[in-house]
Amino acid sequence: MDFHGQAIANDEADEPGGDPRPHLVVVGNGMAGCRAIEELIARDAGRYRVTIFGAEPHVNYNRIMLSPVLAGEKTFEQIVINDRAWYDDNQIALVTDDPVIAIDRAGKKVTARSGRTARYDKLLIATGSDPFIIPVPGKDLPGVISFRDMKDVDHMLAAAEKGGDAVVIGGGLLGLEAAHGLSLRGMKVTVLHIMPTLMERQLDEAASWLLKSALEARGQTILTGADTAEIVGESAVEGVRLKDGRLIPASLVVMAVGIRPSVALAREAGLAVGRAIQVDDHMVTSDADVLAVGECVEHDGQVYGLVAPLWEMCRALADGLVGKPSGYRGSVTSTKLKVSGIDVFSAGEFGGGGESEDIVLRDASRGVYKRVVVRDDRIVGAVLYGDTADGNWYFDLMKKGEDIAPVRDLLIFGQAFAQGGGQADPKAAVAALSDDAEICGCNGVSKGRVVATIQAGACTLDAVRASCKASASCGSCTGLVEQLLAVTLGDDYGGERAVKTLCKCTSFGHADIRREIVAQGMKSIPEVMQRMSWSTPDGCSSCRPALNYYLLCAWPGEYVDDQQSRFVNERMHANIQKDGTYSVVPRMWGGITNPRELRAIADVVEKYDAPMVKVTGGQRLDIFGIKKEDLPAVWADLNAAGMVSGHAYGKSLRTVKTCVGSEWCRFGTQDSTGLGVQLEHMSWGSWMPHKFKIAVSGCPRNCAEATIKDFGVVCVDSGYELHVGGNGGIKVRATDLLCKVATEQQALDYCAAFIQLYREEAHYLERTAPWIERIGLDYVKARIVEDEVGREALTARFLFSQSFSQDDPWAARAAGSEREQHAHLGEFRPLETIAAE
Amino acid sequence: MHIGDWIDVGPLAAIPMRGARTVPVAGGEEVALFRTGDNQVFALVNRCPHKHGPLSQGIVHGHAVSCPLHNWRISLATGEALGEDRGCTPTIPVKVTGGRVLLCRASTLKAAA
Repeated sequence: MDFHGQAIANDEADEPGGDPRPHLVVVGNGMAGCRAIEELIARDAGRYRVTIFGAEPHVNYNRIMLSPVLAGEKTFEQIVINDRAWYDDNQIALVTDDPVIAIDRAGKKVTARSGRTARYDKLLIATGSDPFIIPVPGKDLPGVISFRDMKDVDHMLAAAEKGGDAVVIGGGLLGLEAAHGLSLRGMKVTVLHIMPTLMERQLDEAASWLLKSALEARGQTILTGADTAEIVGESAVEGVRLKDGRLIPASLVVMAVGIRPSVALAREAGLAVGRAIQVDDHMVTSDADVLAVGECVEHDGQVYGLVAPLWEMCRALADGLVGKPSGYRGSVTSTKLKVSGIDVFSAGEFGGGGESEDIVLRDASRGVYKRVVVRDDRIVGAVLYGDTADGNWYFDLMKKGEDIAPVRDLLIFGQAFAQGGGQADPKAAVAALSDDAEICGCNGVSKGRVVATIQAGACTLDAVRASCKASASCGSCTGLVEQLLAVTLGDDYGGERAVKTLCKCTSFGHADIRREIVAQGMKSIPEVMQRMSWSTPDGCSSCRPALNYYLLCAWPGEYVDDQQSRFVNERMHANIQKDGTYSVVPRMWGGITNPRELRAIADVVEKYDAPMVKVTGGQRLDIFGIKKEDLPAVWADLNAAGMVSGHAYGKSLRTVKTCVGSEWCRFGTQDSTGLGVQLEHMSWGSWMPHKFKIAVSGCPRNCAEATIKDFGVVCVDSGYELHVGGNGGIKVRATDLLCKVATEQQALDYCAAFIQLYREEAHYLERTAPWIERIGLDYVKARIVEDEVGREALTARFLFSQSFSQDDPWAARAAGSEREQHAHLGEFRPLETIAAE
Repeated sequence: MHIGDWIDVGPLAAIPMRGARTVPVAGGEEVALFRTGDNQVFALVNRCPHKHGPLSQGIVHGHAVSCPLHNWRISLATGEALGEDRGCTPTIPVKVTGGRVLLCRASTLKAAA
């Protein structure tokens, strides 16, 4: 029985032959509505007379398979779930292309767009979701579509015929599937995603980065942090303009930013609606004769946008309809991305640290990342990239809450390995490998060769790396090599590595990481963590700031600083004090100031009620007790007097301390203040492994204490003595004399070269004093004094890097950038709360 | 806005990922709201059990935060100090609904006021 396109008198067709059975009317011919009826039929086929109203001109099809249809991997016919025969065989009346527009609960009647009405005894609302259209100018232009139904797919296929540029707004599951399909159909696709990482709700940073790299390798352009301002075009769409001003040309724009439960009909009918139509455990709404199921419902505060919960809801609904209520208890969901050749799986929670523990496996050469999150010996989440074969197994263990302690050591290797029996010890598993089994994929080293190398005398990981290259590249086989060391050497294996690792998240040392960042062209923190096999999802407070610095140093002007990987002082551009307030030190070039600056500082101290102002050891004024909320205003006031950030808070150039020199002092030999000011102008704003202090003294009496600074200049009659590696901290170290130069310009150039050598080669948080103790003064002399070409290259690299770093961070903050760092999120008042944003 | 026993304190999008924001409680201590790399939200009193450092200014990694003053690591889920250190910061039930962050009213008053 199909009423499509027929003009049937109201209600007459509604009760053919005076059928005495109760009438169940279903609003929505989608996956939820039809599945509910299937479940009902399976329990009691003849109990209800059924009528289904659908808005689309189709029988019931599998909406989640629209992506393969778009990609050309399936046809529409292949994704039909129930064909016409199913409706006929089960005596279901199907009304297509005629959405229900009103529900009259008092009269127990629904009205469709065509005017057709139907009486019901029980009503089932299964209206699903509507795509969310972001309210920007141009959203209604022809060529702007969503990705929700077959009509949208047809539209995209027609657009792809013509080729050209397409923009997909939304880097979630749906958006990426649309982008993939359009890309396969020959369009040049740009994905705009407002968040910093793709699929952030399902994937952690590491998996997101792998996904982004894979999609980019397939020719898509992925712009993250891209906020759409408007869609431009005269009579049809021509492009998308971002809030940062960029214009991306496009003849097709697909909005796939999310879905909203379709609840308008239910709300107008006066049913209880929260985030969606509220239902009880039996999918009954606030009206006992009206049920609802699928994406349009809210159960126990939860709304689902995935298919698996729907099956569970439909079972509970059907049980209730046949008088054997079972009750729905909510769902645990998992996600798979349907992009052929890219396997992504995500389920549950995937945070690290805290009470949960992570088991991580990274295989960079195969592009595999697996992470299982365990709490109290139960799996609570999993993220798999590249190899998702075990996704369902993990998901199953998670849903059942099974104790994984017995298989924990092998869990990450997957079901086949963990349940293989007889190999509960990972070392036994490695020992059982054949001699020609490949251990190191990067360098093609077999187990036999690693064992031979160990037997030939390589007793540590580093020795193995040096001798046969196993684990010397990506490091993902480090664990296997260590196990082979243990198996081969037995009790002789110390297990200790000679090189100190950066932190507990990695088996590599600082130098390895710095070298590989440059050698492999790695340009983001998650990329380094993936390729170098980090054991934690997003590092720790030791490695994140270090990686951020190493990347910043390696790729000046290109790497975008990660604020969340900065210590508080560098993030706030001020020094945190024990009571949580901040101290502020404006820059005074060479320690010189003037009445205007002093007045501005005095005004700030009074205006913001700063409890103390103090002269520092580096010849600056430090204003104490500033609240984080007041920092931007303080900076604005100091900027107005011409002062910029003094970077007293940073792993960066702190101060250039000077004496008055030949301009005033009767002993002065050179213009030490003038040189100090020039040095400070050259080097301020640069990020370094640790803080860096400079001083210039005008004569050997050394009033500026230049010989306990990282770089010190002592002026003499015949020129400038350059001293390096001094420290006045916990362990006092006097400088070493690097060399003597004749001119101010040479002093500046040598200083730049020395800073750059330190920037490129020291470990993060290593001051110049221990660095020079470690590498030796002769090495520094060889690089700076004896190698003229090398020195000039170092100087040039420093000046190039400086061309990107000499923006006053205070001015940017005072002008409103990163305002959220200084403001509360909202306020909490017992009776009411006013959000600040 | 005020929904039953949950109080809306602002949009989730305003908390940076692997970062935190604060909410002052009238007559009480600040609450720190953390958003982790896997997009979960936690609420703790903004005070380290060690020397009362503002935890909201620390580096967030996994489900933990390192205090900005002396680098104690605090579990975001339980408020307990991790590793060798001992101490606990009160946690507050928090949930995200429709992109808004909601704090449990009674617990907030108990923990922070």
